[in-house]
Amino acid sequence: MTPLLQVKGIEKRYGARIGCSDVSFDLFPGEVMGIVGESGSGKSTLLNCMAGHLEPDAGQVIFGTRADGPVDTVTMSEPERRMLSRTDWAFVHQHARDGLRMSVSAGGNIGERLMAVGDRHYGAIRDRAIDWLGRVEIEESRVDDRPSAFSGGMQQRLQIARNLVTGPRLVFMDEPTGGLDVSVQARLLDLLRGLVREMGLSAIIVTHDLAVVRLLADRLMVMKSGHVVEAGLTDQVLDDPQHAYTQLLVSSVLQV
Amino acid sequence: MYVAVKGGETAIENAHAWLAEERRGATDIDELSIAQIREQLGLAVNRVMAEGSLYDPDLAALAIKQSRGDLIEAIFLIRAYRTTLPRFGYSKPVKTDEMACDRRISATFKDAPGGQVLGPTFDYTHRLLDFKLAAEGEVPAAPTAQPRTEATPHITEFLKGEDIIQDEPASDTTPGDLTREPMEFPSNRPLRLQSLTRGDEGFVLGMAYSTQRGYARNHAFVGELRIGKVAVEMDIPELGFAIDIGEIELTECETVNQFKGSKTEPPQFTRGYGLVFGQSERKSIAMALVDRALRWEELGEDNLGAPAQDEEFVLSHADNIQATGFLEHIKLPHYVDFQSELELVRKLRREAEERMQPKEAAE
Amino acid sequence: MNEYNFAYLDEQTKRMIRRAILKALAVPGYQVPFASREMPMPYGWGTGGVQVSAATLTPEDTFKVIDQGADDTTNAVSIRKFFENTAGVKTTEETEKATVIQTRHRTPEAKLRKDQIIVYQVPIPEPLRFLEPRETETRKMHSLEEYGLMHVKLYEDISQHGAISTAYAYPVKVSDRYVMDPSPIPKFDNPKLEMDAIQLFGAGREQRIYAVPPHTKVVSLDFEDYPFEATKADHPCDLCGAEDSYLDEVIMDDAGNRMFVCSDTDYCRSRREAGHVGRLAEENAA
Ligand SMILES: [Zn+2]
Repeated sequence: MTPLLQVKGIEKRYGARIGCSDVSFDLFPGEVMGIVGESGSGKSTLLNCMAGHLEPDAGQVIFGTRADGPVDTVTMSEPERRMLSRTDWAFVHQHARDGLRMSVSAGGNIGERLMAVGDRHYGAIRDRAIDWLGRVEIEESRVDDRPSAFSGGMQQRLQIARNLVTGPRLVFMDEPTGGLDVSVQARLLDLLRGLVREMGLSAIIVTHDLAVVRLLADRLMVMKSGHVVEAGLTDQVLDDPQHAYTQLLVSSVLQV
Repeated sequence: MYVAVKGGETAIENAHAWLAEERRGATDIDELSIAQIREQLGLAVNRVMAEGSLYDPDLAALAIKQSRGDLIEAIFLIRAYRTTLPRFGYSKPVKTDEMACDRRISATFKDAPGGQVLGPTFDYTHRLLDFKLAAEGEVPAAPTAQPRTEATPHITEFLKGEDIIQDEPASDTTPGDLTREPMEFPSNRPLRLQSLTRGDEGFVLGMAYSTQRGYARNHAFVGELRIGKVAVEMDIPELGFAIDIGEIELTECETVNQFKGSKTEPPQFTRGYGLVFGQSERKSIAMALVDRALRWEELGEDNLGAPAQDEEFVLSHADNIQATGFLEHIKLPHYVDFQSELELVRKLRREAEERMQPKEAAE
Repeated sequence: MNEYNFAYLDEQTKRMIRRAILKALAVPGYQVPFASREMPMPYGWGTGGVQVSAATLTPEDTFKVIDQGADDTTNAVSIRKFFENTAGVKTTEETEKATVIQTRHRTPEAKLRKDQIIVYQVPIPEPLRFLEPRETETRKMHSLEEYGLMHVKLYEDISQHGAISTAYAYPVKVSDRYVMDPSPIPKFDNPKLEMDAIQLFGAGREQRIYAVPPHTKVVSLDFEDYPFEATKADHPCDLCGAEDSYLDEVIMDDAGNRMFVCSDTDYCRSRREAGHVGRLAEENAA
């Protein structure tokens, strides 16, 4: 099987400081990769480099496009990259308001990606928006409400619906459960797990929360000071951590 | 019977005639001369020259007279006149370090070569109405002294000697011309400074004030403020060298701002710059503060989302001629647009009522 | 005003504007930046249109100016006078006889010919402006053809009002590429944008010129199930009886009685001269 995404030697520096360095891995279709580490470990920098929000100083991010096969998205033109990010890619932000249009109705938020790729039937767009509201457990009656009237958990679920409506082949998630209450987090995780399985999504999830990766990720990378210190199958890494830093991470969770 | 509104032309002519009468005011009162405006309303003349981007005190005075003292209207007259003037060439950069200063103060040093010269300032006057001015009478002559003959060095030069202020390297690149090229964003510092120096005084003041109140505060001191005359030199191709073609009055302000330094650069002061035609003190200080706020990116500072840091916002809204024209155009007839909205609202209401009807009938 | 050049602007400036116009015609619907000059009338009062007209007019031209469809509205009178003084060109109120027509807020009812040029005054040239205030961002959206947001706006209209609630300045897609603001003409005029004449759009304050060349495809944005409709008041003209013209609504008395008359004054006049009679015209003739 050919990888959906090949990350090769990604490095990003901020002046003399290392954001992330020498990160390489393959992601296969239907696979979920978790990236864990403390804040400042370089995991968000890495995610933004992969998703085209930051330009890496070195390395390649090769994506298997539908039309042309594997293409390095770092060197592709901006129009091509923006096209990718509204069709085959999706990005779920930590803060829902960064990923939603707060002054546009829930239906409009979900419909935007459909309209961006040329859907021009209002009724069909609205039906799909309502369908997706159901899938993320938001009542149909809220379709014309603005996200500003939603709770934090609902906003995050709406953001997920808005991203998944076009059936993206790769989803980047940046701390998708961050900033939510514990009970709300559990419900969201459940929902995400269901969607990942049902849609066979390929995803890269950055989080500091080991419970998130335990539940969602097939494989795991542990980052510290911009470097990957340990990688492997999620259960393996969490149950039998080899690197001292991973051991510390795992034990600190167990203590809580 | 309905008769369409006609006679626009006559109405316009009559309005103009009435306006001319109002401008003149009561005819038993002496008419203002251009010279009186130029000599006695000098700061108004300066503002019109600065924001009109044309240095000509007599024309500015004429514009003020014609506009009945509405300075934005006067600036507009000057701008419209300025567009029609042919360009013979560009002068050399004026040398403000050779300025014959009427006023020169520094808030950062108690004294410096060239001294603190208060000059003709409102500072330290008590703002009490002077009823003597309501009566006629000559003012007593002010005391005089020997003018300085040597040049007055810039205060920032002393800081530069110590390498403690950010360097502003000289460049021979010809700056863009705001009045000849369309403004595009991101812009650059020469265009920003051009836009600010002709920008509305009130707008630039408000933006500068917002930085002082914490919207991208940049801790400005007036390093130096100087007002005086400088020579304007121009290269004459036929002669092969530059000659003085005249003299203009300018106000220049350089602010000294705090800077915490970065990993690559040691802590040093930074600068903001204001340069305005005539004696335009408030404007030049405000300009320097806004200039400094707009330099956040170049100086590696954070974008705090403050209005004064937002180049596109500041430059797109600084010009009072653009602003006043667009604001006042809503006086023009819009009845075609209004009619189309009227019909739409009626239609939507009709449809909404129809949607309600069957429900009510069913109940 | 004899001390000024033909049509006020100097030749160098007119050449600069003509270059912008040619570029605009070459890339239909694309907003070409140009170094707009200060004109002796306020920004927002037609300075863009005036500059485009000044760069377009030749001494042989016949010039017509309308505002809200009428030749006798004050700003139309003022602009016509400006060109009479500075260019000395012939002026007319007859659409038929004009070679250059400057307009604000209307497209004439009469079909324009290939030897005519119509110049629209534009206040805000950017159709995406009220969705995204930043020029840097909107220019990027145009260059990448990212117009999804425009349809989000129309979607929101329908979900809120049951219909697209844009009545004027209704956005169009030109030649399958650029989304364009046709200036604040009522949407009734949108179908006329595919015409034989050259259409030029000038925005002075915003420093933009754009164009629709003759016979260019111009599509009003809509949804398949909520198609664009060029609507007008559902009445005939009370003076000339026209059923196909855009109408002004006039309040006639304190009781709020209304009458509807053609907004295009020349169209109405020529119809009445040809013997057409509306509901309230007889008394007038009597
Ligand atoms: Zn009629």
